[in-house]
Amino acid sequence: MRSLKMQPKLSVNIGKLKLKNPVMVASGTFGYAEEFQDFMNLKELGAIVTKTITLKPKIGNAPGRTCETPQGMLNSIGLENPGLEVFIQEKLPRLNKIGTPIIVSISALDDPGEFVILSRRLDKIKGVAAIELNISCPNLTHNSKLISQDPKATYNLVKAVRRATKKTLIAKLSPNVTDITEIAIAAESAGIDAVSLINTLNAMSIDIDTRKSRIATVTAGLSGPAIRPVALRMVWDVYQKIKIPIIGMGGIIDVSSALEFFIAGATAVAVGTANFINPKISHEIIMGIKKYLQKSNINSINKLTGSLKCNQ
Amino acid sequence: MLQIRSKLLYNQRVQGGFFRLVARAAGMIREAAPGKFVDIRIDDGYGPLLRRPFSIHRVREQNIEVIYEVLGKGTEVLSRKKPGEYLDIIGPLGNGYSILDVRYSILIAGGMGVAPLIFLTEKLAERKTQNAKRKIIVLIGAKTKNEILCAKEFTRLGCDVKISTDDGSRGFKGKVTDLLKKILPFVICHKRLAIYACGPRPMLKEVSRVSTTYKIPAQISLEEHLACGIGACLGCVVNTKEGFKRVCKEGPVFNAEEIIWPDC
Repeated sequence: MRSLKMQPKLSVNIGKLKLKNPVMVASGTFGYAEEFQDFMNLKELGAIVTKTITLKPKIGNAPGRTCETPQGMLNSIGLENPGLEVFIQEKLPRLNKIGTPIIVSISALDDPGEFVILSRRLDKIKGVAAIELNISCPNLTHNSKLISQDPKATYNLVKAVRRATKKTLIAKLSPNVTDITEIAIAAESAGIDAVSLINTLNAMSIDIDTRKSRIATVTAGLSGPAIRPVALRMVWDVYQKIKIPIIGMGGIIDVSSALEFFIAGATAVAVGTANFINPKISHEIIMGIKKYLQKSNINSINKLTGSLKCNQ
Repeated sequence: MLQIRSKLLYNQRVQGGFFRLVARAAGMIREAAPGKFVDIRIDDGYGPLLRRPFSIHRVREQNIEVIYEVLGKGTEVLSRKKPGEYLDIIGPLGNGYSILDVRYSILIAGGMGVAPLIFLTEKLAERKTQNAKRKIIVLIGAKTKNEILCAKEFTRLGCDVKISTDDGSRGFKGKVTDLLKKILPFVICHKRLAIYACGPRPMLKEVSRVSTTYKIPAQISLEEHLACGIGACLGCVVNTKEGFKRVCKEGPVFNAEEIIWPDC
């Protein structure tokens, strides 16, 4: 008879939040979870990050909003969402029934002060496990700078939101910068609990017959396996500069790509575009991580984080 | 809606670049309806990355059938799959056609648009046997005679089939919507009419314009690039009188009058 297999510890801490396992689903790729309940037991997820909520309802960008590119896809949804109050009244109660932590992604349109208003309101709601600041959506303002493209703006925003809530705060950062570590350091020093790396890369795709962009807003955000090497490098760079946890994402599509992010320095990972291809992929990744740890005789996922061997 | 590992039973060229695929999908049969679709993962190696949607062409016992045209990498890879291989299929998805109780059903297909209309015709024909006065008129349009599909099947199902081609190589020379305008005066005296259409956007736009003018209820099936196919990503929206709606969830079949068409 075979001996009982070692049960590796999968739980991780992100700020005050304790997750039963380190696999979450990325904002914007899982709706408000209801679309996925037919495919997997959603309770298995470490956490669910909601589609981004804004203070007022937002209709989003004109279609076409998506297209496929080599090993990836472009999207320019433009944060279509029903607004904070409808989210709290209609979406959140259903999400809370799942029984896994709900991380609410928030954003502001013109006035960054809306981040503070949103956080203050969400702070009072028990069913909100944490707040993710989406300061990196590439599909809103095409000419002005994103908050996460400026260390000072990132610092000021995080500082202001920090005063508005005691809940775990996560900043989702943009890869569209010269040095992402500067931004991560600014967020950390302003009191953020964790950073999500990375949002989509600015990109475009052209139909040569019509000479038009395949996306109505011309430029869009690139996701999927195509961006994984970039995301991984950014996790590794940031890991060496900050002490707070990193949630790694960008092209995670199977167990081995998820594991790469832990080795590069991620404490947890988020599955994004892969949800569209296989709606139960998160379940498979959670099982696969457990198997990998057993096989490698590692008793806790935390020991894998940042375990990259640098001497070749 | 289900996600199944489905055994491929048949995958052969029908004519030109058109293929017919039959796959075992026992669990999906009960929910399958004309106008609904299945989302097929073409390749485990992520080339192509996203699933490809296909409207349900027919159901036979425990099998679903789709027909498709090889147009890009996805359909090219699909066309090389052999019987016995397995496909990851999600479905049935979306909202299909509502069958209206009318004397004259006019079905308009542009190119591949015949695919879901065969399934619809089978359902309409079941009602036709109950009341012999009911008529199904099918208008099929294509670029040339080589792209006309399923004409014989519609005839076998008891439809009055009329064909148009852009080059005049078969049937009426011109657009299928011109053919529609030509036949409408002969049937418009019958008050109880309904239009069901599937095809390229310019055709559907014209069908919507004509049906609105004549006040005929029309249902159209829209095509859009899908990312998730299950209503989560909001990538496939279409502009309607009630705001953006998802082609994969509220559609692909919409009432023609609710669509706000962009100028094109």
